[in-house]
Amino acid sequence: MKRYEQFPHTSDIGVHVYGKDLRDLFENAAFAMFDVIADLENISGDMEETIELEAQDQDLLLVAWLDELLYKFFTKGLIFYKFQVELLTECELKAKAFARPVAVNRNRLKTEIKAVTYSGLKIRKSDADYEVEIIFDV
Amino acid sequence: MTVSPSVLERIDQFRWRLPRHYKDGMRVDGVIYASEDMLKDILADKALDQVANVAFLPGIVRHSLAMPDIHWGYGFPIGGVAATDVDAGGVISPGGVGFDINCGVRLVRSNLHEEDLRPKLQDLVYALYNNVPAGVGSKGDIKVSEKEERKLLADGAGWVVAHGYGRQDDLEYTEDRGAIKGANPDAVSDRAYERGKRQSGTLGSGNHFLEVQVIDEIYDETLAGVFGLEKGLITLMIHSGSRGLGYQVCDEYARGMIKCLSKYNISVPDRQLACAPVNSDEGKAYLGAMKCAANYAWANRQCLMHLARVTLERVFNLGPKDLGMELIYDVAHNIAKIEKYNIDGKEKTLCVHRKGATRAFPPGHPDLPAKYRKIGQPVIIPGDMGRNSYLLVGSEGAEETFYSTCHGAGRRLSRTAAVLACRGRSIARELQDKGIFVKSSGRETLAEEAPEAYKDINQVVNVVSGSGISKRVCRMKPIGVIKG
Repeated sequence: MKRYEQFPHTSDIGVHVYGKDLRDLFENAAFAMFDVIADLENISGDMEETIELEAQDQDLLLVAWLDELLYKFFTKGLIFYKFQVELLTECELKAKAFARPVAVNRNRLKTEIKAVTYSGLKIRKSDADYEVEIIFDV
Repeated sequence: MTVSPSVLERIDQFRWRLPRHYKDGMRVDGVIYASEDMLKDILADKALDQVANVAFLPGIVRHSLAMPDIHWGYGFPIGGVAATDVDAGGVISPGGVGFDINCGVRLVRSNLHEEDLRPKLQDLVYALYNNVPAGVGSKGDIKVSEKEERKLLADGAGWVVAHGYGRQDDLEYTEDRGAIKGANPDAVSDRAYERGKRQSGTLGSGNHFLEVQVIDEIYDETLAGVFGLEKGLITLMIHSGSRGLGYQVCDEYARGMIKCLSKYNISVPDRQLACAPVNSDEGKAYLGAMKCAANYAWANRQCLMHLARVTLERVFNLGPKDLGMELIYDVAHNIAKIEKYNIDGKEKTLCVHRKGATRAFPPGHPDLPAKYRKIGQPVIIPGDMGRNSYLLVGSEGAEETFYSTCHGAGRRLSRTAAVLACRGRSIARELQDKGIFVKSSGRETLAEEAPEAYKDINQVVNVVSGSGISKRVCRMKPIGVIKG
């Protein structure tokens, strides 16, 4: 199954993310965001961050999760490439994210994502899997 | 959802109505400024549906407006203007300002002519590229302590000038003199401070740029004379915003205001339109923080101009007087402002959201610097990197748009579509063949920003000029471009 695909958006970047379950969907959404930001091919690293979050509902939790990773990217200079969601409820998340410092090779950076938007964001369950469309402000 | 063309009603050659009955919940009609030729692109994406969504905002007066550079955004369309009545429960929406608070443009003149510059064009572009930090996550050389950063947020461009990066009269020619009053540094979170740190004096990436231009057309000699501009003269244009600090401010307040929707019983069709009454605690806090981010952006563009001036002085071995790099004006095009208008015979205090739209005060407006009071506010409209940019002035006709006009060409292709269209082509080479030398830090930036990804700026300006909301002064064409 595809993890995500970009869909055309006139001014920003839209991604259509898929997951076999909700955890998978959250991990793939994070992967999609960093795949837009940087070249993730064959990337490895030994940095690890633990993230714990709460939000009012699952859609907002997804945005909060991506926001948190984006904040760490900008302030700690980390490119995240692997994600492990350990706990996920309607409004609570605990996860590990693995990263490599940007400084190792700045040429890996592709696109600056300014923020994750709420615009049209709605997690949907289809027959076998979950999906969501996310618009990044770039 | 895209809007069917049959829904739009023609008002005149340049104005179209999206009537209230289009969507249940719209409080006012939408009014779109566009020529018939431009409608096809405008109808192709979800921008017009967003015009309808904005019409849901409590307290909105007159219309949900869209400038001719309108395109699909998030929450508001890009090119969207909406004013709410502050004393009648009118709201402020962080999504109506955008993440890049006070993204804006400044235009700088010079005494150089194209023939002086051509022989040194490549040197100049390389020197600017080296001296002006650009690109994803770029950091600046201008270091600011935390205590000083709070002062910078309150004093904006004034702080930068006081620290030696520019001249006092630069402030005279910056919207709000480079610092909007009422900024509240306490309303800015530690996280926003953290993201803004080390980014003062950096260009950013995406559509942000620094351009060396030459004036190729004068539309009004008298007006151009007031600005000291003539055909063949070199100008510099800087497009940047509030960088990470602004993005974080918008992010946090947009999230916080989702809770306000139930608290204040507000119904909007998109969470990105989350809002709160301007007079509520949440509304006031956002406004205080938004002003800080706006001031940060003016400080940033002031730093960038300073770096550019110093670079030109070095490359041309000329002093500031001979070089004559005077600031024409600096405008914000993502911002909300509290302004007074006469609505149905009564003076009202309005919160005017300009999301990808530029304030355009008419001649005689008291907020204009003395030099421009007779001619109206300068409005700077950047185009794509292969075609033109414009200098306009505000006119009385723009009262109907709360003295707002367009902000740029407006995208017509998505970034993916642009990259696809440019596959196998060298955009840098194509531009060089047209006499434009480009240096970019991002790998795909040039393809994403290719001229064909944008609407034709000349068409956009024809609409604002033809509909009487702005007046043309002159047109520039790029010859050197630095992209993030």
